[in-house]
Amino acid sequence: MTLFVLRRLAQTLLVLFVTSALVFGGLYLVGDPVEILVNPQADQEERARTAEALGLDRPAVEQYGLFLKGMLAGDLGKSFVYGRPALEVILERLPATLELAFLAMLLSVAAGIPLGLYAGLYPDRKSSKAIMAGSILGFSLPTFWVGLLLILVFAVQLGWLPSTGRGPTETYFGIPISILSLEGLKYALLPSLNLALFKLSLIIRLTRAQAREQVLLDYIRFARAKGLPRSRVIGVHLLKNIMIPLVTVIGLELGSVIAYAIVTESIFAWPGMGKLVIDSMFQLDRPVVVAYLLVVVLMFILINLTVDILYAALDPRVRLDGTRA
Amino acid sequence: MIREFLRSRIAAGGLALLALVVLVALFAPWISPQNPYDLAKLDLLDARLPPGTAGAAHFTYLLGTDGQGRDMLSAIFYGLRVSLTVGVASGLIALALGGLLGVTAAYAGGRAEQLLMRVVDIQLGFPAILVALILIAVLGKGVDKIIIALVCVQWAYYARTARSAAIVERNKEYIDAARSLGFSHTRIVLRHLLPNAMPPLIVVGTVQVAHAIALEATLSFLGLGLPATEPSLGLLIANGYEYLLSGRYWISVYPGLALLATILSINLVGDQLRDQLNPRLAR
Repeated sequence: MTLFVLRRLAQTLLVLFVTSALVFGGLYLVGDPVEILVNPQADQEERARTAEALGLDRPAVEQYGLFLKGMLAGDLGKSFVYGRPALEVILERLPATLELAFLAMLLSVAAGIPLGLYAGLYPDRKSSKAIMAGSILGFSLPTFWVGLLLILVFAVQLGWLPSTGRGPTETYFGIPISILSLEGLKYALLPSLNLALFKLSLIIRLTRAQAREQVLLDYIRFARAKGLPRSRVIGVHLLKNIMIPLVTVIGLELGSVIAYAIVTESIFAWPGMGKLVIDSMFQLDRPVVVAYLLVVVLMFILINLTVDILYAALDPRVRLDGTRA
Repeated sequence: MIREFLRSRIAAGGLALLALVVLVALFAPWISPQNPYDLAKLDLLDARLPPGTAGAAHFTYLLGTDGQGRDMLSAIFYGLRVSLTVGVASGLIALALGGLLGVTAAYAGGRAEQLLMRVVDIQLGFPAILVALILIAVLGKGVDKIIIALVCVQWAYYARTARSAAIVERNKEYIDAARSLGFSHTRIVLRHLLPNAMPPLIVVGTVQVAHAIALEATLSFLGLGLPATEPSLGLLIANGYEYLLSGRYWISVYPGLALLATILSINLVGDQLRDQLNPRLAR
């Protein structure tokens, strides 16, 4: 177990290093941030001064070396646009993205598991087939297009909900949160629904497939033969066994919700990390893009590690060296 | 097999829809009322007309026009062509690359196999959009760059599938027979292992092409995908975004429907193929 965690941490460092080199190298070659930052009428001297102030006049290798040194000290460079540490700019936007991701996961789990269970237990009913057809649709609908439709219907046509932006925030434990007030929830509803759609379909399909396979197994038949009430067989015996793969997927999907928030945030002008990184890509704000990618990659690796450990804790048959006893 | 496929009415419908989509994409230049990228044919006075309006040209804008007076129906036909080309091209390259790597890894075994699968595992731990974003940030924009990015995103799925299929095959007698006949490794991998790993690869392929099309559309929508000279469906939808808030829905909605029809039909076909090839679901 300790060995497993240690090996994974070493792998984490390697992946972070490769990502940073790839991204830094690539962005260095792509554009010239000075062009964007100084006013077009500026003379050569002013350009040179800006480049020097940003450290862009030094050779690429030296820049990367400085960057790596800073990274180890938790310093990912200063944003060209905001003039503040890139990491600070990113972490500032983190709560907005996390609350959106959290709400989306909550929506998809709360609706997905019951629907999937139903479709799996009664596969031949019309309503089950409708649920499954809906989930294929949910898989196929391009997220960004659904976002536009949600705005068109609920904000433009019906005028029920605000189309873009984030509601007023209140500070809890020093973190600004908007979804705990009704007004804030109004703003968060459409984007989180948009973000949840794909995950909802995934959870429905997964729960259904699991339920269909598990109800045929002996332990369910045995529990029934023992005369246990149906609610207990399904609610305790079946659900417990379905949960094992589900927890893994839900854990992993949390990370992917954070990544896909890039799209949803851009559509709904939600001021999170995702919108920030897209804006920064257009403004060639290299430190922010690099910092975002590193932060998200690190988040992912930590989530994956947690899920692996949790999986082993839930299912005693799993050993962490990758074999199933 | 074909009869079983068509017995499911949903799958048959999906196949019909897919055939329609492919035909439209193939024959776009001949069936479009207008060449949407010939600026001489566009009339700015016809901009933002709602669906069904008769234009100054001699035809009716069935799906309306966009901000530059472009017929949406024609734009969608051409966009479909671009989206499908990018999706299928990247899918085929990724299938060839990933399939070959996976099968070779399974055949070689040992260190090489472990290393490849480690890389696959790590990459599949990250969502496609993040990998694509990193690559686009590094490579820049353009059709070739997008295809490279999509191939890099997808190859791992094929590699994993090909390896697990080839592991089953590699210990079978016909491989031993081929080996004892003194065939070269290249020949065994290409002519014996790869063809036998194809069925699961094709199933993964259908799903992946749908993913690739959706991903390309998403990237184009964000402005990170194809250049404006070759507008895919995603870019058409993005162009309509600014008109959406003033109620001009058609510029975004109809290209979206075309995109949905494409992805949905591929998914329906893929779904049925997978169920049919899954021995765990006894019928």
